[in-house]
Amino acid sequence: MRRDERMVRVTTRREPATVRDWSRRQILAGGVAACALPALAAPSTALAQVRLDITRGVVEPMPIAVSPLAGDDPSLRDTGLALAEVVTANLERSGLFRVIDRMAYIQDPESLRETPRFAEWRPINAQALVTGVVSRPGAADRLTIEFRLWDVFSGLEMRGMRYELAASNWRRTAHQISDVIYERLTGEPGYFDTKIVYVSQTGPKTQRVKRLAIMDQDGHDHRFLTDGGDLVLTPQIAPDGRRIAYFVLRTPKPRIMLMDLASGRSNELGQFSGMSFTPRFAPDGNQMLLTIAEGGKSDIFAFDPATRRTTQLTRTAAIDTSPSFSPDGRRIVFNSDRGGSPHLYTMDRDGSNVQRISFERGQYGSPAWSPRGDMIAFTRITGGFFHIGVMEPDGANERLITRSAFDESPSWAPSGRHIVFTREDPQRDRTRLFTIDSSGHNLREVATPLDASDPDWSGLLP
Amino acid sequence: MPRLSAALPALLLLLAACASTPEDEIGGGAAGTGEFGNGAPGSATELGSAEEPATENDVFGSAVPGTPEDFEINVGDRVFFAFDSSTLDDDARATLDRQAAWLQQFREITVTIEGHTDERGTREYNLALGERRAAAARNYLVALGVDPSRMLTISYGEERPVDPGNDETAYRQNRRAVTVINLVN
Repeated sequence: MRRDERMVRVTTRREPATVRDWSRRQILAGGVAACALPALAAPSTALAQVRLDITRGVVEPMPIAVSPLAGDDPSLRDTGLALAEVVTANLERSGLFRVIDRMAYIQDPESLRETPRFAEWRPINAQALVTGVVSRPGAADRLTIEFRLWDVFSGLEMRGMRYELAASNWRRTAHQISDVIYERLTGEPGYFDTKIVYVSQTGPKTQRVKRLAIMDQDGHDHRFLTDGGDLVLTPQIAPDGRRIAYFVLRTPKPRIMLMDLASGRSNELGQFSGMSFTPRFAPDGNQMLLTIAEGGKSDIFAFDPATRRTTQLTRTAAIDTSPSFSPDGRRIVFNSDRGGSPHLYTMDRDGSNVQRISFERGQYGSPAWSPRGDMIAFTRITGGFFHIGVMEPDGANERLITRSAFDESPSWAPSGRHIVFTREDPQRDRTRLFTIDSSGHNLREVATPLDASDPDWSGLLP
Repeated sequence: MPRLSAALPALLLLLAACASTPEDEIGGGAAGTGEFGNGAPGSATELGSAEEPATENDVFGSAVPGTPEDFEINVGDRVFFAFDSSTLDDDARATLDRQAAWLQQFREITVTIEGHTDERGTREYNLALGERRAAAARNYLVALGVDPSRMLTISYGEERPVDPGNDETAYRQNRRAVTVINLVN
């Protein structure tokens, strides 16, 4: 990411708290400078009201219009259209919006440089409208992108932002705009400016070749990170978005590796007495959790890369593995068969205060604590099927949200709503990533070039 | 004003290096360690070769004593487990009894015990379960007097099935601990 972007201060605050939060995130970002726009319309003291109610189980998608952004020349208009298409695809994929077909729009992008004629948007039932302008501030490789989000019925501007960026970064800006819209209309954290790291696989089942790969959450900007020479498993991307920890099943000794994404170089995380696997970053990005298996026992350890200090957190003769931190870093959910079969347990980050949280039949595994803290996703194998399920951190309100021959390894988007997981279809010997809403709705396959497993959804990129 | 809603919501010291097995040309083509180094399908030596115990019409007697072929054919290189279990049943113990006797006869040989699982479990749990199976086999051999320093363990979890099927027949073959002779280069 370029670090030479010009930083821009917030010029207007219509809703101080929210704009300040967004601005802080944007300004801390390396790639794109952003600021809130002054309102086009006369300032109003009334707050815009359009808001998606997603507190109920089933959501009726909100109808929204996303106009192509205006531009002074054909190339800028092309970018404006491409931006609108990325935003449209993001909003549609979330399951919470229905983007109204552009053919139904009466106002063209150029006329939308001014305050929209809302009377022309109400008949198509657009609840909200996205407009904007793409311009070239000077250098041919730079762009300025402005967008505004309107409440069609009240005629009020809900958000306006300006981004200054390298032209090659337009797609990332489209994701950031999508996040602003999503957050403003749902009240939940956005999740579009994110990556998914996963394991790409080829070859017959008895001799799979596996490579680490990374892509934008919408499948674009895909690249392979390893060459297939090593059998790689269970990658996780650090909260800073710059490092990936993963497991290498290499003879004579399997190990955890840490890759620096900028250089592509990997180093062994540390020297441990047994087989170390399941690397996990703490929310602060510093401490790590891992499993060490030795002598038939697997236990969870904390490891501090700075001090190289390892602290044992579980101490049983059973299998304790698959740890996942709560977002505040104070609790850990993990998988253990100490009760006879694999179930889910939570403990404090020092290993104390252990509680069992799963009690139904079958085997539970691969728990993942939601970034909002309110849910834990997991794999449950029962009745001859693999399911993805969710429950509250104390085990209450367990629900299975998928069912297939092999569904496993859930990972949460920063929205705390969308989950990516692995689904293997044994009939077709095909393994792919799918996303689903934690409510059990909106199942979608994620496009990957080859078979895919072990997904990890990053946090919002810094 | 219209509103949509009010709710805001192992330690594998590569013992081969310190083993003292004489150079043995005959054993050169058998299963060995190092399969994951090259990643090219089909080019690696096979983990699953020699699935069957000895039968009358195979090469019984043709294997040179003390070679990997001898071990696989005349002793049996693997034991099997029940679902989500690392308990050694009578068959497994009988196989390990033969392995122990053979290893006591050829004391310069070192082995790696590979633990494997079927695919009915999460990937991470299966890595742990595979390690537990390898350790169960190793502990049994230690109890029979085999020097622990001659035996390393590694878990492949569900990553290297011998049978790609999705039924119990396949799973039974895949839930295994395989004792692999470390080859000396």
